[in-house]
Amino acid sequence: MATSTIVERPALVRQKRFSETYIGQWLTTTDHKKIGIMYMVTAFFFFVVGGLEALLIRTQLALPDGKVLDPQTYNEIFTMHGTTMIFLFVMPMFTGLGNYVVPLMIGARDMAFPRLNAFGYWIVLFGGLFLQSSFLFHAAPDGGWFAYAPLTECGVQGVNCIPATPSINMDFWALGVLLLGISSIAGALNFVVTIFKLRAPGMTINRMPLFVWMTLVTSFLLLFALPSLTAASGLLLLDRHLGTHFYQAAFNGDPLLWQHLFWSFGHPEVYILILPAFGIVSEVLPVFSRKPIFGYTFVAWSGVAIGFLSFTVWAHHMFAVGLPVVAQAFFATSTTLIAIPTAVKIFNWLATLYGGKLSFKTPMLFALGFVAMFLIGGLNGVALAIVPFDYQVTDSYFVIAHLHYVLFGGAVFAIFAAIFYWFPKMTGRLLNERLGQIQFWLMLIGVNVTFFPMHILGLLGMPRRIYTYAPDLGWNELNLLETVGAFIIAAAILVFLFNFVTSLRQGQPAGSDPWDAFTLEWDTASPPEPYNFKTIPVVRSRRPFYDKKNPETADWKVAVH
Amino acid sequence: MRIPLFRGKIRWGLLPLALLLSSLLFAACGGNPSILNPAGPVAQEEANLFWFILGVATFVFVVVEGILIWSIIRFRERPGMPTPRQIHGNTTLEIVWTVAPSIFLFVVLVFTIRTMFQVDTIPTGGQQLEVTAVGHQWWWEFDYPTQKIITADDLVVPTGTVVHVKLYSNNVIHSFWVPNLTGKTDVVPGHDNEKWFSVDKPGTYHGQCAEYCGLQHANMAFNVIALPPDQFATWVSGQQQAAANNPQYARGLALFKSKGCTACHGIVGVNLNDFNTQPQTLVGPNLTHFGSRDLIAGGVLKNTPENLAKWLHDPQAVKPGNDMPNLGLSQSEINDLVAYLESLK
Repeated sequence: MATSTIVERPALVRQKRFSETYIGQWLTTTDHKKIGIMYMVTAFFFFVVGGLEALLIRTQLALPDGKVLDPQTYNEIFTMHGTTMIFLFVMPMFTGLGNYVVPLMIGARDMAFPRLNAFGYWIVLFGGLFLQSSFLFHAAPDGGWFAYAPLTECGVQGVNCIPATPSINMDFWALGVLLLGISSIAGALNFVVTIFKLRAPGMTINRMPLFVWMTLVTSFLLLFALPSLTAASGLLLLDRHLGTHFYQAAFNGDPLLWQHLFWSFGHPEVYILILPAFGIVSEVLPVFSRKPIFGYTFVAWSGVAIGFLSFTVWAHHMFAVGLPVVAQAFFATSTTLIAIPTAVKIFNWLATLYGGKLSFKTPMLFALGFVAMFLIGGLNGVALAIVPFDYQVTDSYFVIAHLHYVLFGGAVFAIFAAIFYWFPKMTGRLLNERLGQIQFWLMLIGVNVTFFPMHILGLLGMPRRIYTYAPDLGWNELNLLETVGAFIIAAAILVFLFNFVTSLRQGQPAGSDPWDAFTLEWDTASPPEPYNFKTIPVVRSRRPFYDKKNPETADWKVAVH
Repeated sequence: MRIPLFRGKIRWGLLPLALLLSSLLFAACGGNPSILNPAGPVAQEEANLFWFILGVATFVFVVVEGILIWSIIRFRERPGMPTPRQIHGNTTLEIVWTVAPSIFLFVVLVFTIRTMFQVDTIPTGGQQLEVTAVGHQWWWEFDYPTQKIITADDLVVPTGTVVHVKLYSNNVIHSFWVPNLTGKTDVVPGHDNEKWFSVDKPGTYHGQCAEYCGLQHANMAFNVIALPPDQFATWVSGQQQAAANNPQYARGLALFKSKGCTACHGIVGVNLNDFNTQPQTLVGPNLTHFGSRDLIAGGVLKNTPENLAKWLHDPQAVKPGNDMPNLGLSQSEINDLVAYLESLK
């Protein structure tokens, strides 16, 4: 037998592809959960950036004739504080939460368009870095987050004015919000299709969790509101660079065109920033009260009503610009109307607590804090709808008080409720309770010490967006108090960061369902496998996981919906 | 639960209330530019609305936060507590708490619209004064078309008179605000906005630009000085004169002409024949009766010789970014100019 030698070939060592390395898994992922986490981490990074900007503002204003910042820097800082917090913190944070939670809640394996989803995230990251990089060029936007023309463009073709931005500062802003708008449109489309097409069998629209409802409404608001901002910024760029005169009165343009376009985006935007918060609170309160949400249909449809009405109220930002009285009466009426569905929500949340068995874990504390603080933001909001009173307090610190009670007392409290609530699902570990409680109380005190005195400063005649004030106007003590409050909030955020870092490694293992919750995301491992569910669940009521755990008293047996 | 949550809640609930009440008392008195210290009918109406909405809001606040805190205490988890009844809703209740706030809000709306028509309608008849407030970056000019006067930083008006203010800007948007007298109306290029106010008692009231208008938005203040009608008439006739030409201040006058001041500033009797012929190219305040003003430099400084000297020495140090360049004046030149300008009563 002829001998043949078999050539020993070395065993093939397959090179690990980039997408299989740890970094690569994140950079190339299209998994909604990974994208959601990246959104949230990015948003939180920008929250810290915006927070540091806020501390600079408060340090400058702590004492009269402050010398910490020069006027140009101050104007850049307050512009970037607003822009960052709105476009780079609250919006991507809710998109990230929605990304993580919505597919799990409706029993889907991923978002409808996973690659579009990843695209949306990367645009947010680079759009955000693009905006912040303006500081490196000493050209940070300085025209305020609502960028009123003609301040943001004059200097073009001999209009007699000193522009806020002689150089490219506002170009950073206009291009930045255009980029972020692209991301938001992509995300919103994805949510709408996911929610309409990928629900588990039996999950009718009327059985969707309320966070899903609110994400759906928010997505529609984004789709209809953002084009207006895109148009406004596009025209601004044309005016600034191609010599058009859309906003220039001297050439038969109109500065108020900017305001109408901006606020017809800007007011729906306010609800884009708060409706997901309503959704979060409507998930957290029932679980920690051991009861279903009271008046599901009313909570859901009041959100839809708010969505529709939010397109009819924009000119309440413009009561002082000299609109005809009848138009003002219209916008005062629509603004008053929008308070009704908001009140309905608050009453339903209170009724959810009624007769419950309340357990004050950190998510619950933040949700209760949300209700308490948002109420103040609602009441001073109604005050601002009173047109003649608004003449006095618009563009004063009263407005700053109002918007921070809504956005900090409201949105940020809800975001922390959400983080504490879903962190165990995302990581398999609980955040530390004790640190969570400390953070909550620091934040509650900090928010009220910082923002409550702003009401009074507004009544005392302090305008917003001033980099300094004279010592003889009676504003000194309250400004100092606010600065103290701002640092209390900063301390709370530090406690959270410490909690986050330590719990990530050493937190108590959570199991799949630490809160004995009601909705589908808890009916799978923590963190879930990439495919979410081994078998797609079948839904028979609004609380499918509750039904599974309590077959005797399942919702579908005792309540028809 | 062991968490002393409810105790904290109550303390927290009382904190803003106590703060609110004490500081409102604080706000309602004193010489601040406080909207709760109104000195004329427009601000009075606006303040009345505030007290009204404060009452309504306090009522809602106490009821809702009360229910919240009560629920937190009453329904907190205790050992051996049974599973709560799974209540899904109640349509009657939903209707009740949709209708109840609607009624509340309707009442608020009625007051709103009624008052809005009152303060937005410029009264006819009675004593009237017409003034044009011109928003510059960053100072206020006041033109009296009937009296043919131009002034800056101080808006002098008679008491008990309807002051009809026309608002004009050819640059960016500003906003005219005198908290003690009237709420804001924006000064929008291309829009002929107007407003009115009236002052009950003589005094000086702080006014300020309230729409972000660029680098020195913070330093765009003015005073409304209300005089009894007879004193106002005296003031008007004084302002209508050309500038005094006192040989004692000839050196200052010569410097005013030679140092380039006339490129931006007009003085009737020096480089202007009268107030009507001021050309658009004079972008600085008219200085004809500079010495009679309370404030200078867009309200940043009180009008004292020391402050004026500080301003002339280096305007950019006082108010960075403003249009006035550093003229590099020597100390003696500054002294001469100060003496001259302050003599222009």
